[in-house]
Amino acid sequence: MSTSLPDPTSGARPAAIFAALGDETRLSLIEKLADGLPRSISRLTEGSPLTRQAITKHLRVLEDAGVVRSIRSGRESHFAFSAAPIEELRLYLDRVSAQWDAALGRLRSFVER
Amino acid sequence: MADRIEKCIELRAPVSRVWRALTDYREFGEWFHVKLEGPFEPGKIARGRITYPGYEHVVWEATVEVVEPERLFSLRWHPYAIDPNTDYSSEPTTLVEFRLEPGGEGTVLHLVESGFESIPLGRRFEAFRMNERGWGIQIANIAQYVDQPA
Repeated sequence: MSTSLPDPTSGARPAAIFAALGDETRLSLIEKLADGLPRSISRLTEGSPLTRQAITKHLRVLEDAGVVRSIRSGRESHFAFSAAPIEELRLYLDRVSAQWDAALGRLRSFVER
Repeated sequence: MADRIEKCIELRAPVSRVWRALTDYREFGEWFHVKLEGPFEPGKIARGRITYPGYEHVVWEATVEVVEPERLFSLRWHPYAIDPNTDYSSEPTTLVEFRLEPGGEGTVLHLVESGFESIPLGRRFEAFRMNERGWGIQIANIAQYVDQPA
């Protein structure tokens, strides 16, 4: 791990990321975008029972959380997945979790001796 | 990805023993690696210095929430508040709950740390990247020390 890790969530709270991921429509949009290629709203609406407007609203929620970014191309907006904020959050929680494993391991040796 | 950390472990020790290890400030300090100034009291701030190698510059603080003998001990703190140059006091805290029940060969300990959704991440990441470098230096020091001819 070097200093090259992007820091787009600096100062931001993970609440937006958890909220963004806590919805089936938004999760399915992230799945569609997971390969990193930008897609238009029309493409992202294909195969969904939801309207273009509804999909756009979900995409804005994802954009506010920093997990997708919009790219303007001509008259249409394209959306692409940004892995960094989710990755940062996961690394952070993994790290805290590993600290607990270590601390509880020490507690175990302490009470079982 | 969950917004909380949950751990459940079975300990081969009676509940009363585990309870003491969690709530007696000296015993807590032994395994948690913090030298606390005084006993835990509900509603009060517990404070001490981290004794874990590489973190001795860090002052540890937590507010004791619930002390329900042999069942529940909970604290609030600023998770990963390891940068001495950062004032974390205005930031939200996480809630740490230790729940005990008899079970297995002694005690089942259920740990939950929740509230991560409100924690600003950017500076936490900076702090632990810095500390990672600190650890690198520590390990180099140890290597140098053990390599010295007797």
